[in-house]
Amino acid sequence: MSAIILFMAGVAVIAGWWLSQQRLAAKPWLEEGVIVDLREHDSSSLPAAKIGLGVFLAVVGSLFALFISAYSMRMTMVDWRTLPVPALLWFNTGVLVLSSVALQWAYMAARRNDMDGVVLGLLGGGALAVTFLAGQLLAWRQLSAAGYFVASNPANSFFYLITAVHGLHLIGGLVALGRAMFRLRHGAEAGQMRLSVELCAIYWHFLLLVWLVLLGLLTGWTDNFVDICRQLLT
Amino acid sequence: MVDVPFDTTAGIPPAEVGEVELYHPKSWWTRYVFSQDAKVIAIQYSMTAMAIGMVALVLSWLMRLQLGFPGTFSFIDANQYLQFITMHGMIMVIYLLTALFLGGFGNYLIPLMVGARDMVFPYVNMLSYWVYLLAVLVLAATFFVPGGPTGAGWTLYPPQAILSGTPGQDWGIILMLASLILFIIGFTMGGLNYVVTVLQARTRGMTLMRLPLTVWGIFTATIMALLAFPALFVASVMLLFDRLLGTSFFMPTLVEMGQLTKYGGGSPILFQHLFWFFGHPEVYIVALPAFGIISDLISVHARKNIFGYRMMVWAIVAIGALSFVVWAHHMYVSGMHPYFGFFFATTTLIIAIPTAIKVYNWVLTLWRGDIHLTVPMLFALAFIITFVNGGLTGLFLGNVVVDVPLSDTMFVVAHFHMVMGIAPIMAVFGGIYHWYPKVTGRMLDETLGRFHFWVSFLGAYAVFFPMHYLGLLGMPRRYHDIGETSFIPASAHDLNAFMSVAALIVGFAQLVFLFNLVWSLFKGKEAGGNPWGGASLEWQTPETPPGHGNWGKELPIVYRWAYDYSVPGAARDFVPQNEPPAGLAAQGSRP
Repeated sequence: MSAIILFMAGVAVIAGWWLSQQRLAAKPWLEEGVIVDLREHDSSSLPAAKIGLGVFLAVVGSLFALFISAYSMRMTMVDWRTLPVPALLWFNTGVLVLSSVALQWAYMAARRNDMDGVVLGLLGGGALAVTFLAGQLLAWRQLSAAGYFVASNPANSFFYLITAVHGLHLIGGLVALGRAMFRLRHGAEAGQMRLSVELCAIYWHFLLLVWLVLLGLLTGWTDNFVDICRQLLT
Repeated sequence: MVDVPFDTTAGIPPAEVGEVELYHPKSWWTRYVFSQDAKVIAIQYSMTAMAIGMVALVLSWLMRLQLGFPGTFSFIDANQYLQFITMHGMIMVIYLLTALFLGGFGNYLIPLMVGARDMVFPYVNMLSYWVYLLAVLVLAATFFVPGGPTGAGWTLYPPQAILSGTPGQDWGIILMLASLILFIIGFTMGGLNYVVTVLQARTRGMTLMRLPLTVWGIFTATIMALLAFPALFVASVMLLFDRLLGTSFFMPTLVEMGQLTKYGGGSPILFQHLFWFFGHPEVYIVALPAFGIISDLISVHARKNIFGYRMMVWAIVAIGALSFVVWAHHMYVSGMHPYFGFFFATTTLIIAIPTAIKVYNWVLTLWRGDIHLTVPMLFALAFIITFVNGGLTGLFLGNVVVDVPLSDTMFVVAHFHMVMGIAPIMAVFGGIYHWYPKVTGRMLDETLGRFHFWVSFLGAYAVFFPMHYLGLLGMPRRYHDIGETSFIPASAHDLNAFMSVAALIVGFAQLVFLFNLVWSLFKGKEAGGNPWGGASLEWQTPETPPGHGNWGKELPIVYRWAYDYSVPGAARDFVPQNEPPAGLAAQGSRP
């Protein structure tokens, strides 16, 4: 359970930092009058949707941290045999990186109010994400053709499960991307548009980060790091 | 803390109308069924939760009938008994308490108490309810599928949960896991709303330290639930894979009915870790909203400010954080490294400190207060007593050496029913009696309410107090029939029969409560806007029940905390949160 404990510690640090700015030592029974909220002073106060996305990413992060915990716990048992990772995954990773870059580009274009750039970035990012998903499916086909079925070994089961969950999250992201495109076509207001594109880009970067961590885990690159974490906590 | 940034003289204009784009219902369907109004969603959540809760209540009757009068009721066999246990536990913990506290109370009270017009994502909020309803329907469907619901126990431990010896192995377990997955998806949608609404939609002047403790409790519990439910999600998905696709995440090599199964190499302990990483925070997900509600009830009905508000807030946050590092105290008998047991026993006992702070503060709030023994107050007092009771046996069970001999006995059943069964339900009832006038504009009937309270309270003790004793005698839990056992005297069977009769009576008292809910809706006394003299914002709405958008043209401005009761020199014995200070009112600076 070391991965999830580390993740929760991270969440706790962020929550603690935020709470420390909320005047929790105030004595509300003595304070009468309008306390002007920190929120109102802050000109860069975040829109609700962005905070909502942040909280959602914490939930998704916790989900993946738990999968990683389960994986690393199972990995220590004696009969563990790692799955040979298909080379196609490296290509897929590259595609996902490009997809993230395209969305970042769309976001930068939105900040310049360059609507053509936004459309191009969103379309490119979406197409690359679909390519990534297709590549993942192909990797599954290759594995099962080589005799690595979902139920034949715990490492296989984890591989299929974790890639499936990651893919599902990306499909959810594509739905949000589709909505942003739809709004763009129907002439949404510029500020609203910028926010939608920004949220998509953040979500994409997050899923890319998750994928890199998962890839490191599935290919065994991070085994040493996992060992260190385990020793720290036991 | 002298130079706090507040200003008693300058008038600050109220927040403008139209800050929040409100969705306006166009038809009867979108107003009452597919509504995006948090208040309607709250009522939908509450009614669904209570409906499925009634099923769980009937299941508990059936279990008690079997335990009290073994052999008398031939229609209850051992398999069914296990199915009743499983469904009773699962429904009560997740589909009733979690949904009612967060989906019901959370949806209704958060926007009103923080001075918002609605939740920040109303559409997602509506979706949350419908996914929850779907989860409940899938759960209810397990009663009608071949083989019936699963009988794996509410913890659904593999390997037995998906092996053929367990009832409901065909469909029951699949639908149960599917229902849990749906519930978690639905809850996440609602939970995002509750958190972001508290963070972003507070009205002008409503700092975090001016929030009523109910909001603090629900807010913290929601964050915990958002982070803890993924563990149940992961466990459910992996168990579903094991059941449907034949993977071996949790299934070791084993022999079933004399034959080697296709499984091999899985770790049942892994499931227990995942399950309890969710399961323990779940206790506090149910307890923290109850803590908050009780704090508000006590303060209002004792006409006294809450004692130690800051400590109450800190304690809520501390309990929320600590509850993530105690999960393995549910696994002392699973074969852990002794040092793990030591670590988890220590963290478990540390939680007693913030919890005790809360109990002391409640008692000190009551101290020399003007206590009105209204029905909500009676339930609040019952909560405190019951929670202390259950908490003390928790100290017993938190110690490894005490837990090991007691862990499979009725003592554990008595403990968790006290601490997370009776106590939160008392808070739920107290909350309903307290806020029903705001929801409907009418009071619940007082006489029926008192009857309901005394029968439920005394009856619950008649059921669960003797159960501690049976547990200490060594009476095992989960057994369909104890039969002739040398260490259990005949008198224990008489005690069991007594408890069963008490359980039946308590159950019928809940029917009185349901009758009261319906009857008072039409015939109850008119309540007016603020029948209890509450100072927090939800009592200051221009209309009762609050209209769409909660507030009139302007959002309220908050000038003080939520607990100004019996302030010396004030005109009334409470000062509403949105009442301007004396200097400001005299200048007439409000337009």
